[in-house]
Amino acid sequence: MTGDTVGSGVLATVAHLRRARTFRRARVLAALGAALTFGLAVTLMVGQSLYSPTTVLRVLTGADVHGASFTLLDLRLPRAILAILAGAAFGLGGSAFQTLLRNPLASPDIIGISAGASAAAVFCIVVLEVTGPAVSVHAVLAGLGVALLIYLLSWRGGVSGARLILVGIGLSAMLQSLTAYTLSRAPSWSLQEAMRWLSGSVNGAQIDQAAPLVLALVVCGTLLWLRSGDLEAMRMGDEAAAGLGARLALTRVGTILAGVGLVAVATASAGPVAFVAFLSGPIAARITGRDGPILLPAAGVGALLVLVCDFAGQFLLPARYPVGVVTGILGAPYLVYLIVRDNRTGGGR
Amino acid sequence: MTTGGQQVAGPVRAARRRLMPAAAALVALMLLAAALSVTLGARDVAPADILAALSGPPQNIAQAAVAVRLPRTVLAALAGAALALAGAAMQGLTRNPLADPGILGTNAGAALAVVIALAWFGLESANAFLWVAILGSGVAAAGVYAIASLGAGGPTPVKLALAGAALSAAMASFTTAVILPRGDIGGLVQSWMIGGVGGASFDRIGPMLPFLAVATLAALASARKLNLLALGEDVARGLGENVALARILAAGAAITLSGVTTALCGPIGFVGLVVPHACRLVFGVDYRLILPFSAIGGAALLLLADVAGRLVARPAEVDAGIVTALIGAPVFIWIVRRGKAVAL
Repeated sequence: MTGDTVGSGVLATVAHLRRARTFRRARVLAALGAALTFGLAVTLMVGQSLYSPTTVLRVLTGADVHGASFTLLDLRLPRAILAILAGAAFGLGGSAFQTLLRNPLASPDIIGISAGASAAAVFCIVVLEVTGPAVSVHAVLAGLGVALLIYLLSWRGGVSGARLILVGIGLSAMLQSLTAYTLSRAPSWSLQEAMRWLSGSVNGAQIDQAAPLVLALVVCGTLLWLRSGDLEAMRMGDEAAAGLGARLALTRVGTILAGVGLVAVATASAGPVAFVAFLSGPIAARITGRDGPILLPAAGVGALLVLVCDFAGQFLLPARYPVGVVTGILGAPYLVYLIVRDNRTGGGR
Repeated sequence: MTTGGQQVAGPVRAARRRLMPAAAALVALMLLAAALSVTLGARDVAPADILAALSGPPQNIAQAAVAVRLPRTVLAALAGAALALAGAAMQGLTRNPLADPGILGTNAGAALAVVIALAWFGLESANAFLWVAILGSGVAAAGVYAIASLGAGGPTPVKLALAGAALSAAMASFTTAVILPRGDIGGLVQSWMIGGVGGASFDRIGPMLPFLAVATLAALASARKLNLLALGEDVARGLGENVALARILAAGAAITLSGVTTALCGPIGFVGLVVPHACRLVFGVDYRLILPFSAIGGAALLLLADVAGRLVARPAEVDAGIVTALIGAPVFIWIVRRGKAVAL
C-alpha cells in the first residue's frame, strides 16, 4: 500500500516536472517567436527613412505606396528574411553538432566546417565564376569533405573531443588562408567587398537567395526532427542511448549530414557569420533550462541573433558594419567565458 | 657515481657528435634558401648579374630585380628567425607543444594595435609602429595566457589554443571594424589579413634591427632557465631558479620578436610552431640548442616559403604567410595526433 502511494507520489512529481518543462519550453518558443516578429517589424519600419506600421502593413498586403514599396519589398524585406533564414540555419546546424558531440566547443564554425564551406564558396564565385544554387552545392560538398577529414584525422582508436577541436582549428587555419589567397587574386572584387563577405554579411540581399536556405531548412530540419528522439537519448551517452533502443550510426550520420548542409548553405548565402552557430545552442540551453531538446529554440535564437546584430551593425553603431563583425565581437567574450567556466568545473571532457 | 656519469655521458656525447653535421646542414640550407630567394622569381637572374648588383648600382633589369630581392631576402630571413625564436621561447615558457605566435593570438594583437594606431591616431613613424605592435602583441599574449590559466588545471594546451583562437577571432573582427569605415587606409587591409615579405626595403628593415637584437639576446639568455622550467615549476624553483625572472625574460623576448615581425610583415603563422618541433627532433630537448637553431631554421623556412610562393603562381605571387599556413597546419595536426599532452 505504502509502496503504491510512494510510487504514485513519484509519478505525480515526474508528471508535474514534465508539465513544467513542456510549459517552459512552449513559453520560450512563444517568446522567441514574439521577439522575432517584433525584430522583423522594427527592421522593416526603421532605416534611412521611417515608415509607420500602417504603411508597412499596406505595402506587405500589396498596396503600391510610392517610395515605400521599393524600400520595403526590394531592400529591407529580403535582407530581413535572409538574416532570419541564415541565422536559423546556423543555429540549427550548430546546435545539432554540439548536441551530437556533447561539447559546446564542437560547433561547425570553430572546428573548420564553415571555413571549408566558405573556401569552396569563394572559389566558386571568384575562380569558376558560377553563382546561385551551384555555390551552395559546392559549399555543402566541401563542408562534408572537411567534416569527414576532421573525423578521420582525429581518429586514434576513438575520437576525443579535445583532439577533434584542435584538428579542426588547424584545418580551419589552412582553409582560411586558402580563402584569403583566392580573394586576394580576385580582380573584380574590391578588397572592401571581399572583407565584407569574409566577415559575413547580408548586404544587398536578393529574395531569390532565400530559396536554397528554405530548401536546406526544410530538408535538413525534417531529417533532424526525425532523428531528434535518438539524438536526445544520445546526450546521456552512447551506451545508455543504445540501451534505450536508439539507432546510433543512423542518427550520427543523419545529424552530421543535416548540420553540415545547414551551415554550408547558410555560409554560401551570407558568408561565414562569426560565432552564430557556436552561440545559439548554449544561449537556447540557458533560456530553456539545462535539459530538454534545444534544436528548435536554437534555430530561433540564431535567427534573432543575426537579425538584431545586422540591425545594430547598420544603425546603432557609428559606422555601418557587416553583421559578422558584430557577432564576432559579441561571440568571443562568450567563448572566453565558456573556457573559463570549464576550467572552474575541472575541465572534464 | 662514475658508471652513472658514463651512462649519461654516452648519449650526450653521441648527441654532440651528431650536432656538428646537423648544424652545418642547417646553416647550408639557410644560405641555399637565401641564394634561391635572390635568384628565383618572376624573372630568374644569372649569378653574374647578382654579383654585379651587389657591387654597384643596377645596370639592367636582372640587376634591378636583384636589388629589389635583396631587402626582401633579408626581411624574410630576419622575420623567419624572429618568429621561430618566439615560438620556441613560447613553447618552453608555457610548456605547451602547440604554442606559436599565430595560434596564441600575438600576431592578431599586433595587427589590431597597428591598425588602431593608423586609423585613429594617425601614427606614421616606423619606430612608433614597432612600439605599438609590441604593445599589442604583449596585451594579446597576456590576455590569452590569463584566460587559459583561470581556474583549476592551469593553462593546458587545449585551453591555450582555444583562448588564442577566440581572442584572435575577436581581434580580427575588431580589425575589420576599424578598417571598414576608412576607405583611405583600405589599401592596407590586405597586408593585415595575409602576412608576406613583399615590398620590403632596407629603410623599413633598419628600425626593427635594435629590437630584434635585444630580444634575440634575451631569448638566448633564457635558454638555461627554460631547460629548468621544462622540469616543472616547482623543481626549477627548488634548484634555485628565479622562475619569475625566467618567465619575464622569455615572454618579453617572444612578445617583442613576434610584435616587431608582425608590424613589418603582417600575421605569419606556423613558422614558430613548425621549426622548434623540427629542431627538437634533430637536436633533442636542450633549449640552449633549440633556440639558436630554431632561429636559423626559421630563416630557412620563411625564405623557402617565400621562394615557393613566387614560383607556384608565376608571374603572380602567393604570400609567404599563406605558404607557411599550408605547410604548418598539417604539422600542427600531426602534433595534435601524436601528442599525449592533448588529453585534457
